[in-house]
Amino acid sequence: MSDKTPIIELRKVDKSFGPIDVLHEISLKVHEGEVLCLLGDNGAGKSTLIKTLAGVHAPTRGEILMDGNPVSFARPKDAQEAGIATVHQFGGTFPLMSIGRSFFAGVEPTKGFGPFRVYDRKKANEIAVKAVQDFGITRIDDGDRLVGGLSGGERQSLAIARAVHFGARVLILDEPTAALGVKQAAHVLRIVNEAKRRGLAVIFITHQVMHAMAVGDHFAVLIRGAIAADFRKGEKSREEIADLMAGGESMADLEANIEGYMETHEGHPPAPAR
Amino acid sequence: MTDATRNNSGAGPGFAGLLGIFRRTEVGAFAGLLIIFVFFSYFGWDRNFLSPLGAASWLNFASTVGIIAIPIGFLMIAGELDISVGAMVPASKIVLAIAVGFFGLNIWIGILLTILIAGGIGWVNGMLVTRTNVPSLIVTLATLFAVGGLTLFFSILITDTTQLGLTDADTDAASEFIFGTYHTFRLGDENGLTLWQGVQSSVFIWLAIVAACYYFLHVSPWGNWVFALGGDKESARNAGIPINQLKIGLFMLTAVAASIVGISETVLSNSASTTTQFTMIFNTIIAVVVGGVLLTGGFGNVLGIAFGTTTLAIVQQGINYTTFDRNLSNLIIGVMLLIAVLMNETFRKMATNWSSAKK
Ligand SMILES: Nc1ncnc2c1ncn2[C@@H]1O[C@H](COP(=O)(O)OP(=O)(O)O)[C@@H](O)[C@H]1O
Ligand SMILES: [Mg+2]
Repeated sequence: MSDKTPIIELRKVDKSFGPIDVLHEISLKVHEGEVLCLLGDNGAGKSTLIKTLAGVHAPTRGEILMDGNPVSFARPKDAQEAGIATVHQFGGTFPLMSIGRSFFAGVEPTKGFGPFRVYDRKKANEIAVKAVQDFGITRIDDGDRLVGGLSGGERQSLAIARAVHFGARVLILDEPTAALGVKQAAHVLRIVNEAKRRGLAVIFITHQVMHAMAVGDHFAVLIRGAIAADFRKGEKSREEIADLMAGGESMADLEANIEGYMETHEGHPPAPAR
Repeated sequence: MTDATRNNSGAGPGFAGLLGIFRRTEVGAFAGLLIIFVFFSYFGWDRNFLSPLGAASWLNFASTVGIIAIPIGFLMIAGELDISVGAMVPASKIVLAIAVGFFGLNIWIGILLTILIAGGIGWVNGMLVTRTNVPSLIVTLATLFAVGGLTLFFSILITDTTQLGLTDADTDAASEFIFGTYHTFRLGDENGLTLWQGVQSSVFIWLAIVAACYYFLHVSPWGNWVFALGGDKESARNAGIPINQLKIGLFMLTAVAASIVGISETVLSNSASTTTQFTMIFNTIIAVVVGGVLLTGGFGNVLGIAFGTTTLAIVQQGINYTTFDRNLSNLIIGVMLLIAVLMNETFRKMATNWSSAKK
């Protein structure tokens, strides 16, 4: 796979907020049909990294490439138009709107002509329901239902289905399973696998080993804003990954390693461990 | 939406059916209107509550509140508020009276000028709210006083008085017909059946605005933007909705609606006063809340607002045509408002709380 051009690639991306350096020389690649699990403790810089990808922050240094071409996003809208969709923990949708209406917010389908165009409720509902059902959420069958009446997992699924429907190629999920029960989380993981099967590049942030193992092809561990480890599925045992994620011994080793290295190398992080 | 309640009730279909009233808050608003109407009709039977003149009294009152309440409702759905309307109504009256009564401009030019100035003030409200992120309650509280002060200042400066008038010659038949006269409609001759009597032009303006705004909010594709804006501002922005322009537009609409009420009252009574209408602020907000719009934004219905307005008007004005003591009307309104808020809140909870214990 390494000879193919990744959909999205970061090359030595730094991000500072004034004097505070949050990200250090982040280099990452995500190919189509691949799930990158971004692991790391609270405050490691995961959210900052994905916000940089999503056009919320501009990188201080370094490059973001899509399909091998450098891109820069001034606003989140630019990133979205380039096909990068972010789905937040609570789905980021409108609780008091119907499924159909929230699915098409901003791009409402209409019928009729000119100033007499009217919102096409039937079409909106049909397309929205079909889009979620195609992702395997068959419980959603009525587009008039309010989004707030859906479970957390269903809401996430709706948001993901929406992103894919509107042409997302890179899907960024910031702890989508954190607030969910076992069954609901399983829903979301199934959707992530389906998105992968459809050829999307997925960046998945999670704290749960089981969830990471269930969908991840590729893992990157972020410590203090630098990539401390970068490995593919199968290159590390489940125990090693669990230990890394739980902040166990190997995590402590990595952390000590990184700190020492950056101190003696003018703030440059070491090459990621394999 | 059926399923939303089914998920939450957990009991048999009867229970869910009983709670069905919460599914759409405008249905609750209609039920409230019906109860108040039947109640007042019964106790006002001998006092002409239902006579054409009695009905006109509460319909006329409803129209002036209702014209403003609908755009206020839009703002509340979008998560904002506008209390500057209390000063916009007298400001518009004074602008029109100065332009037409004092400077002798043609009535239509005066009306146009009034609407333009109102639109400008609405634009200022919108710009201040979108640019500063100060809560709209505070921004419009500031413009309420600022506009009130300017109205008084210019009125004294230009005309040396706070009470202005128009003469009959200042208005023409068309402007009176559209903005300010009493309409009566009988079937046949003098002794025919009176369908309506003493109904102000503003009632018909209100009905037209209800129809146009219903179309905008619930039928046209743009209504969705208002709900999205009130539901989650960031998501709405990310969905490509021009949220700032939309908000500014809604503030302008509200100010223009207030100016139409001012114009209508001035043409009707041929007089204008600078007095700030604080009760208009309360009445519009009560009408909107009783009409089922959620204080938290994101949900509401134009028909619901019209029902809420009518309910308020019946209690405020209709009470004069019943055997109740007039002083009780504010008590009834207070209780009504409380019940409405509780029902709206119950609706919101039921619609947004998914319980994993179900199914
Ligand atoms: N806008 C900002 N300005 C200054 N510091 C920030 C800003 N955003 C994040 N940070 C800092 O960057 C670090 C990483 O935060 P974040 O990306 O949210 O971590 P994570 O998502 O991994 O928990 C934190 O120390 C945080 O305080
Ligand atoms: Mg975070």
